[in-house]
This record gives sequence, structure tokens and C-alpha cells, in this order.
Amino acid sequence: MRVAVAIDRVEKRFGSLRALDGVSLQIAEGEFFGLLGPNGAGKTTLISCLAGLARPDAGKLAVLGHDVVGDYRAARRLLGVVPQELVFDPFFSVRETLRIQSGYFGIRNNEEWIDEILANLDLTAKADTNMRRLSGGMKRRVLVAQALVHKPPVIVLDEPTAGVDVELRQGLWQFVRRLNRNGHTVILTTHYLEEAESLCGRIAMLKQGRVVALDSTSNLLARFAGQALNLRLANPATMPSALRARGSESDGTWTFPLGSQREIEPLLAALREAGCVIDDLRLTQTDLEDVFLDVMQSSGTEAAP
Amino acid sequence: MMVGFRTLLFKEVLRFWKVSFQTVAAPVLTAMLYLMIFSHVLEAHAQVHGVPYGAFLIPGLIMMSALQNAFANSSSSLIQSKVTGSVVFVLLPPISYVEFFLAYVLAAVLRGLMVALGVLLVTIWFALPTVVAPLWVLLFIVLGGGIMGALGMIAGIWADKFDQLAAFQNFLVMPLTMLSGVFYSIHSLPEFWQQVSRFNPVFYMIDGFRFGFFGVSDVPPESSLAVVGTSFLLVSAVTLALLRSGYKLRS
Repeated sequence: MRVAVAIDRVEKRFGSLRALDGVSLQIAEGEFFGLLGPNGAGKTTLISCLAGLARPDAGKLAVLGHDVVGDYRAARRLLGVVPQELVFDPFFSVRETLRIQSGYFGIRNNEEWIDEILANLDLTAKADTNMRRLSGGMKRRVLVAQALVHKPPVIVLDEPTAGVDVELRQGLWQFVRRLNRNGHTVILTTHYLEEAESLCGRIAMLKQGRVVALDSTSNLLARFAGQALNLRLANPATMPSALRARGSESDGTWTFPLGSQREIEPLLAALREAGCVIDDLRLTQTDLEDVFLDVMQSSGTEAAP
Repeated sequence: MMVGFRTLLFKEVLRFWKVSFQTVAAPVLTAMLYLMIFSHVLEAHAQVHGVPYGAFLIPGLIMMSALQNAFANSSSSLIQSKVTGSVVFVLLPPISYVEFFLAYVLAAVLRGLMVALGVLLVTIWFALPTVVAPLWVLLFIVLGGGIMGALGMIAGIWADKFDQLAAFQNFLVMPLTMLSGVFYSIHSLPEFWQQVSRFNPVFYMIDGFRFGFFGVSDVPPESSLAVVGTSFLLVSAVTLALLRSGYKLRS
């Protein structure tokens, strides 16, 4: 499998702020890759460096083997970026916008593909409408269409569903999934963790300009045990020390990660033997949000100077 | 070849053409008002270089309008796309900084030519100017438009807000173009102001351009061409260096 995107020890500073602090990532061709992190973690800066909108202070980035600085023409031709901001050129209609964007990438007579993108994004009826007169959701679709005019093998979507209604979100994901099935590499940044969980095969989590977790989505979920038992004791002092080591406590609620449901019975037996009285008990499923919060908290203590 | 460059040029031309009432018709009207007022006041009293004042005024007005609009075109296009964020559409594609420069400057020159043609057409009605050396006319308007188009790029790249651009336009471009001998021959000025005028590159653009019409000028057209040509190379070099470095466009 070829490497679609290679990011090698990339650093970017804005004044004293280290927006990217030595980020290295390799994304294989055909992957659906998620880039997660809180605001200011460096996701957009990383994408800007990849797209040539920002220049890294150190390190290298390449798209399908083409350096984004030294060989920018090839690199940019292979990359389609949907920017985060809802931007548009108010002078043109949707079709004009897409024709012009095709031309920028050296493509003339792109009508067939433009029609296909328009149809797939449900924009056909708006093809001759001026950009100014489109709703926010429609403008967002045009941004996606603009990123695709040159059929880029690598597609980057920077928060594409921020402020977008549910219907469009579903339609957009269907389309992007299909592109991914057809061999396009997709890189997605999003705040919606359930989206990343259902779409991305692999995920990198960024914090303060560093990669703090990088694994397949299933491994990330498994790493934090699929399930956990949460319980409260009426007599908290009675919690046996063997169990204290296994779980974690916050605000009087104990959480015991579970490898499988079979671990529940012995755990409860141990509590009974110690004379514990259970006040409240719940079985919870870990989702990406738990993993995310856990990674962000634990890496925070690591990263602290 | 160069489809990217041609598309960017096409887009820049389409951008002003779609609002040509504002970008071409309006400056033509402004120039016509100048001509009506000044020639009404001065026609009976003044001749410059042996030419009636109204006829003398026309080439200067044409050139001034062309220069101001060339500057306005590239600067407003850049500041608008920067402020709205749509500048990413031209930064993401594989367009080199040289293509970028050429497309914006050429579009600015074309807007200047369009306005010039408009002014010429409406002023013919007042006084038919002669054209003794059309090649000089063309050379000076293209080079002058190129300088102002490139200067507009610098201003558009540098400015973060519209009022910064307006300051550039009102405190630099307007005085330079208005005090360049559009409305007078610099020989009519006191010695001190004649010397000051000689430091204004726009003076040479206007003077050389006017030579193409009447065959007379304040300084020899060859000298004007040298100044204008050098200015064009200098401003272009600065613009290209800015684009190459990514200053304020690529962080």
C-alpha cells in the first residue's frame, strides 16, 4: 500500500506559540483517517501546511511522494481541501465557480464531472444560482464540490459538518464514503466524535501541537476496555485494597474497566466478601468520547513541564 | 498550456466585468465631469503646448482614469478575497507566484484599457484628440497600467482591512495621479514644484502618453519611457518577492 500522506517531524510556530510541535504521521492510500483534537490543537495548521497555505518551520510533508514545497504543483494537484471557513466568491454562480476552479487545476471542459458532482451533492437545481443567494448548507456543499473538481486522490475535509443540518450531514457522508470506497484517501477533522467513530478507520489525536494518540479506531476503543462497571458504595471505606488498585474513583463513584462481561460476577463477589453495600450500579459502554477525554487528560499531565 | 494562469486572468476580468457599471462606467463618468468643468472654466483662457485646453486635458484624463482603475482592480480583488477568505481558492491550486502576478497585473491593465477606451469615446464628443504616435500611446498606457496593477497587488497583499487600503489609495495613489500634470503642463509651475513633479513617476506616464497624442511633451518621451520602464521593473520585482515569500498570503 502506498503512502498517501507523509508528515515528518513538522513544526510550526506562530510567535511564541508552538502550533505544531514535531508532528509525524503516515496515512496510507485508501484510508479514512480522522484527525481529532480540541480547538487550538493544531489540526487546521497541520492541514494548512499540507495544502501549502502555511509553511512549516521544520519538517517535511508529502502527498503521494510529492513534497508540498519542493514539488508543490504535483502535490496540490493530488490534494483536494474543503476549508473550514464557509467562504465563497460572490461574483459567480455555482457552475461558474466550479468551472473556474477546474481551470485553476489546469482542466478545461470539465462539464461531465462537474455535472456528476453537482448531482451527487444535490446541487443540480442550484447550478446557475449566484453563490450569494445560497443558504449556508448549500455553500458548504459547493465547497466540497470545489475540492473535488480535479478528482484528487487525497481529500481533506476540515470540519465539514460544523453548523450543517442533519440531512446534509448524512448525504455528505454517504458521498464521501463512496469516494473512499472508490479508492480516494480521506482525511477528516471533526468535533463530532461519533462521526469519527463511525467513519474513520484510524485516528490521530492532537493536543498542543503533538500527536498524543494514533491507532485504529477499534484499537483505541478497545484500549480503554469496551465496557466499564460504575458503582457507588453506601460505605466507601470498605472498598478492598485489591479492587482499589483495579479501578479508579471520582466523586465517590468507582469505575472498573471490563475486558469482558464475565469479569462482573467475580468483582461483585469480592465486594460482597468485603462487606460492601452497593448504592448504585451501572454498566457503561466506552465510546470515542471517553477515549478522547481520557487521552486528553492523561497526555496533559505527561506534557506538563 | 498555462490553463491555470489563463483561468485566473479570465476570472479577474470577469470579476470586474460583471460589475462594469461600477468599475468601468463610473470612472468614465467621473472623467467626463472633470473634462466638462475644467474645459468650461479654462477653454477660453488657456492653451498648453499650443493645444486648446480641452484637447490637452483629454489624454491626461484618459491616463489618470486608467491608472487609478488599474490600481483599484488588483488591490480591491485581493483585499476582498482576503477579507472574505475566498483567497484560498487561488492559493490551493498549483498556480505559481509568477502566473499569479501576471494574471492580476494583466487584468488590471485590461481594466485600465477598458476605462481608457470609455473615456476616449465620450470625450471625442467634446474635442477630437489627434494621435500622432499610437505606439507610444499604447506603450505608456500598458506599462503605466502594469505599474499601478502591481502597486495595487502590493497594497492588497499588505492591507488587512479596507480602511488601510483606502489610506493607501487616498494618500498615495490619488496625490500621485492628480499632481502628475494631468491638468497642467509642469512648465507652468514654480521652479520648486517642477522639481518635485520630476520625482513623481506618474508624471512621466502622463507626459509620455500625451506625447503620443500631440507629439509635444514636457520631457523627451525616451526619458519618460526609461523612468516608466524602470519603475515597472522595480515595482514588479517587489511584488514578485512578496508573492514568493508568501507574505500575508501563506502564513
